[in-house]
Amino acid sequence: MELQDRPHQGAGAGPGPSGDPAVKLGGVDITFHLADGGRYQAVKGIDLKVHPGEFVSIVGPTGCGKSTLLNAAAGLLSPSAGSVGIFGKPLSGLNRRAGYLFQQDALMPWKTALDNVKVALEPMGVSNQEADQRAREWLGRVGLRTFVDRYPHMLSGGQRKRVSLAQMLIRNPEILLMDEPFGPLDAQTRQIMGNLLLDLWSRDRKALMFVTHDLEEAIALSDRVVVMSAGPAAGIVADYKVDLPRPRDIADIRLEKAFHEIHRDIWSSLRVEVQKAYAMGEGRELVGGDAS
Amino acid sequence: MKRVKLLFLQILVMVAFLAIWHVATTTSLFGDVKTIQFFFSTPVAVLTRTFKQLTSADIYWHLGITLTETVLAFVIGSLAGILFGFAFARRELLSAVFDPYIKAANALPRVVLAPIFALWFGLGIWSKVALGFTLVFFIVFFNVYQGVREVSPTILANARMLGMNERQLFKHVYWPSALTWMFSSLHTSVGFALVGAVVGEYLGSSAGLGYKIHEAESVFDVTGVFSGMLILTIFVIAIDALVTLVEKRLLVWRPGQSATTTT
Repeated sequence: MELQDRPHQGAGAGPGPSGDPAVKLGGVDITFHLADGGRYQAVKGIDLKVHPGEFVSIVGPTGCGKSTLLNAAAGLLSPSAGSVGIFGKPLSGLNRRAGYLFQQDALMPWKTALDNVKVALEPMGVSNQEADQRAREWLGRVGLRTFVDRYPHMLSGGQRKRVSLAQMLIRNPEILLMDEPFGPLDAQTRQIMGNLLLDLWSRDRKALMFVTHDLEEAIALSDRVVVMSAGPAAGIVADYKVDLPRPRDIADIRLEKAFHEIHRDIWSSLRVEVQKAYAMGEGRELVGGDAS
Repeated sequence: MKRVKLLFLQILVMVAFLAIWHVATTTSLFGDVKTIQFFFSTPVAVLTRTFKQLTSADIYWHLGITLTETVLAFVIGSLAGILFGFAFARRELLSAVFDPYIKAANALPRVVLAPIFALWFGLGIWSKVALGFTLVFFIVFFNVYQGVREVSPTILANARMLGMNERQLFKHVYWPSALTWMFSSLHTSVGFALVGAVVGEYLGSSAGLGYKIHEAESVFDVTGVFSGMLILTIFVIAIDALVTLVEKRLLVWRPGQSATTTT
């Protein structure tokens, strides 16, 4: 097992990096202007590359700005300093080549599962009939063939995530961004969703940035795990390669020895940050959420 | 079993009410029967009159007038409310500048406008439509404004990430969200449209339910007043039932509205 214990080892970590990275953050600072007139620097000096075909997880203590980083890659917020490059081109405005899976429910509650997936094709100018057919195909692929006519409130949390997954993937984006997508789900559902995600991802291996606070989930899914320090002004403290063989079953892989070794290594650096975050959390109110 | 019991008790309340009314107005228990009947009529007289009215064509003409005014006030008021609600919600400056004036206009009891509207629009239906409009407009306006402002930021961000342009955002996100808020106030706004129509008729007109009641009042025909009120009540309940039906149809996607639907 080869571990790269230093940050900024992004280049070369991906399977066969050819050309420009899918996402390249260079010296990114992000500062929020708070409602009370104050400022909060969420992240500072972030350098991160995600290559095409690479599954990169970002872990870190609560409030460290993991989601902020993802939002910068999505173009939902622009950095106060530094650059965001997408396939070698500087990003301005929204990242049109990326799909985003949110932690919270992002489905339109007034549309059925089918319409929620179909609507993703409308901006691409796909005809209604074709969109219908493709949306049904995708809902089948995420195991919701018989739920197409359900409204989001009639679906369970896991089923809603499946619809969101289909909604994102049907557009065939080159970069996938996921912000603790399985956070609100129960443990069993998370495992099922994790395997579903790996199954879908392994078909055409897009660049994937996956934010989670669950280290086991991160290791089980990813090629690389990036550890962030405690906020404010969080940075990347370590960047680990996960050399576990694919295809993986994320329930089984947790039992393997190699998994434990990697877990122990990453946890050694993550634990320090988590403890720092907790120490700061005492008497500090800015802990909840990732300041996004 | 429980439902039957409930229904029985509900009917019992009505029977008791009618019985007390009947006994109080047809016996000399509370004084002179003639005097009491002048003030309170009798349930039999009111029901007979109501039945007679409902079986004659005349009342439907008046109901038709009131219904027309209500529908016009509702439709025009809603359209204007939607238009302004959207414009204000999407333009920060506009809403900031007009905010105090809108609040002031909404604070004004609209009934005082009725004579002015009669002066401007005459005694026909349009002065009633105008009164109903001023009531409906603000309800719809505030709800649409709220609906557009309170679209979930996640849903909006998601829609943007799906590549939607402004027009598509409007169609798939803002519009349905605003409609939801508007429909949730459907009962209130339809009710207010009706209030505007009836009050307007009451204060000056030559047709409609409000006019019928006013006409009966002016000749101390208490039976006519009560019968008019009864017909008005039936009318409102019928319209409300219709609105509930429309609402159920339009808001199927809402939790609680159709949680039992399993398809």
